[in-house]
Amino acid sequence: MAHFLTEEMILNMGPHHPSTHGVLRFILQTDGEMMRRAVPDIGFLHRGIEKIAELVPYQSFMPFTDRIDYLASACCNLGYAVTVERLAGIEIPEKADYLRIIAAELTRIGSHLIGLGALLLDLGAVTPFVHALRERETFNDLMEALCGARLTHNYVRIGGVSHDEPPSFREKTRKFIDHIENEFIDEFNELASFNTIFINRMVNVGVISPEQAIEHCLVGPNLRGSGVKYDVRKNDPYSIYDRLDFDVPVGHGKFGTLGDCYDRYWVRVEEVRESCRIIRQALDQMPESGAIRTKLTRAFKPPKGEIYVRTECPRGEMGFYLISDGGASPYRLKIRTGSFTSMAIISEVSQGVMVADLVAIIGSFDIVAPEVDR
Amino acid sequence: MKREDLIKLLLSKMGRSIVRIEEMPNNDIIMEIYTDDLVPIMVSMKKDEDLRFTTLMNQLGVDYGESFAVIYNLYSFDLDNKLTVKVYMDKDNPEVDSVEHIFRGVNWFERETYDLLGIRFKGHGNLERLLLPPDWEGHPLRKDYVYPEVYNGLELKRKTLLEE
Amino acid sequence: MHSLAGIIYDFLVARFGRSDLLDPLFGLAGYLIPCFVVLGVVSTISGLLTYFERKVSADIQNRIGPNRVGPYGIFQFVVDGIKLFLKEDIIPDAADKFLFRLAPYIVFSSTILAAIVIPFGGPFIIADLNIGLIFIIVVSSLVVVGFLMSGWASNNKWALLGGIRSAAQIISYEIPAAFSLLTVVLIAGTFSMQEIVMKQGPWPWNWFLFHNPFTFIAFFIFVISGLAEINRLPFDFPEAESELVSGYNTEYSGMRFGVFFLAEFANIFVSASIAAAVFLGGGNIGLDPYKSGIVYQLLMVLVFFAKVLTLCLVTIWVRWSLPRLRIDQMMSMCWKYFIPISFSCLGLTAVWLLIFNGNGIFWRISG
Repeated sequence: MAHFLTEEMILNMGPHHPSTHGVLRFILQTDGEMMRRAVPDIGFLHRGIEKIAELVPYQSFMPFTDRIDYLASACCNLGYAVTVERLAGIEIPEKADYLRIIAAELTRIGSHLIGLGALLLDLGAVTPFVHALRERETFNDLMEALCGARLTHNYVRIGGVSHDEPPSFREKTRKFIDHIENEFIDEFNELASFNTIFINRMVNVGVISPEQAIEHCLVGPNLRGSGVKYDVRKNDPYSIYDRLDFDVPVGHGKFGTLGDCYDRYWVRVEEVRESCRIIRQALDQMPESGAIRTKLTRAFKPPKGEIYVRTECPRGEMGFYLISDGGASPYRLKIRTGSFTSMAIISEVSQGVMVADLVAIIGSFDIVAPEVDR
Repeated sequence: MKREDLIKLLLSKMGRSIVRIEEMPNNDIIMEIYTDDLVPIMVSMKKDEDLRFTTLMNQLGVDYGESFAVIYNLYSFDLDNKLTVKVYMDKDNPEVDSVEHIFRGVNWFERETYDLLGIRFKGHGNLERLLLPPDWEGHPLRKDYVYPEVYNGLELKRKTLLEE
Repeated sequence: MHSLAGIIYDFLVARFGRSDLLDPLFGLAGYLIPCFVVLGVVSTISGLLTYFERKVSADIQNRIGPNRVGPYGIFQFVVDGIKLFLKEDIIPDAADKFLFRLAPYIVFSSTILAAIVIPFGGPFIIADLNIGLIFIIVVSSLVVVGFLMSGWASNNKWALLGGIRSAAQIISYEIPAAFSLLTVVLIAGTFSMQEIVMKQGPWPWNWFLFHNPFTFIAFFIFVISGLAEINRLPFDFPEAESELVSGYNTEYSGMRFGVFFLAEFANIFVSASIAAAVFLGGGNIGLDPYKSGIVYQLLMVLVFFAKVLTLCLVTIWVRWSLPRLRIDQMMSMCWKYFIPISFSCLGLTAVWLLIFNGNGIFWRISG
């Protein structure tokens, strides 16, 4: 038997590769189609947002939070606003609270639509992605009606929200969530989620056990996909989430092993339904009129202190560690994002899978590059 | 568990290592410990049956001017407790033990802290720059950081119209 | 001589008279003229197929699709072709320049070669070879050489991976495809494409598709293997854009890329034509293709193209609704399922013919 002299191939995937969401780079060690490991190389989108925070006043930092995760800007806004309000002890009007929740949950739906669609796009199914974008268009219209922006909303402000609801906003939102809940998700599942090829691609790939997920600090849907029932909205409620009734979907090995790519995918599909439920309740409970903003002084200075607030973003927990020295801008602001730890686990999960599986794994984590780099 | 109870429990278990422990906004506890005791404390945080801080939610470094600090946010899934652990270190020689072998997810957090603040973690397997290019000079989140004007022949300083 | 070449030869002889000097020229013209016509026709059809695909995919995805150039955007493919012509043709420095230049043309010509024996309905077949089906099987494997060549010559790891993938894939799927075609040969008793078409009838129960259950299975195996051979989704591994950037044609630009692109669509057409001719009765409308009037002959062409376009539509439909398999799943599907099934179809068809004396399942109706 002759011995072939083989050697491992070093492949450079990215920064401009069709399936790296944003600007990511992976260095792959492959043996033909099989992969020894994939080492992520990040930092291409590092904009120094934490440094910027130390240079600008508290209110002026709000637009920068949009850019942490541009697919879910209202959620990032909300996290930062809650952090500063809790440190400074600012009470906000009730209506503003509801408007915030509606904006954040709409954003979660919009973000998950892109995440699910992009995963399928990476696996070669183009049509579900376009269908998902079609629904996201309605979300964009709703947010535009609400605050005038379609991507970087900058809607939540410290002390409230920027705009009151426009006329007929409630009916339009109700129509949108009814459509998503009753028609779109079922249609999407028929088209994509229950497709045999898709299931075969996702099941038993990139398995993360619950212990491993906790060990590697995974958060959000990626943690819940491994079967850990933990959601900041439930376990450590902020804003008015404690008044709303919703479930926390967790993975349970729907078609294969617990914690595989399909579980993470399915958790996101279920979360869209839960978000619809939350929005419907918030729309019912929201007062018809009222103040939407507590007026702050222009040179707003919170008291001296430290605070760590966690909020639930579409890509997992977004934590803001804020240190204030009593000045006009934060002394130090650390933003802990969900994609950051998801990205770190990839080199571990990707050992011994195929190149095509890596694409599925990246997609199932729903990584957004600017959130990793900040 | 109530915060007062947890503080009492922590004081009884590891009182000798604690410099300062007090309540923090957002239902949190901040606990300042001696730098040398970091690893044993983290081990008992994770392994102790009454504490069970199984996950490290966040880690960051702070430049306090005269000293550096590293802050760890711990969380217990089982008991739903939060805890913030803080260690201070000397500005001239910012060095602290790595807790990577206890909480494996902290790997990238420590790399990021090293990258942006220049705090070295003893015992870390791969302490390299994470976000910035490998040949970048300085650590931007330090308070005395001066933004470079040129990087690899690239003009970084943007001139305003008035300056031109 | 039962072919277009023979008809043209006869026509030229009748027009200009027989002479020793011109005779070889007439013979050559008899083959060359249809060749160029078919080249033009197949290229145009491939171009139209790109338009067709864009329109169909747009319908599937709630979009409008091309609608600017010409009525309903029908000239979009012409504009695309012009654009590709005008683009700079970049050859990487480190590439093997000769092979790099050669590869697209090998791919394209091996695709077009199969069109020689495709019966377009009526007398319209360039050469009715008595080994027509074997010829198709042989030349369609030649594509591999072009893909592998382009992957290797690009000196790009992604392209190389794509080339190797395509070699593995096309060679593997060649086997079930050939076996399922041979099933029909058993029934027809000939390799000649025109005769295979003529042995079927105008109605579905005359088609070899419904001759017996095993040809029915063989048809689907052929269509799926055809998808794999022409690198279409769910088997588009050689150019899986989310995994391999663009696979073997990563480094290609300009018209060389255009040739690859055209070859892909020509391949769809050729594959669909083979399936239509072999299993679906081709352009057979129950009349003799050589002795009936021109109107009937054109009707045969129409019938043939209707069947082919339906199959193309299915190909496109599959492309825009399914995700991609993984390479190991694709290979195990071929070697563990398709080859045994197609092989047993071949054997069982032989048994069927022996038991039922060569008759199909509908032999009472079809007489």
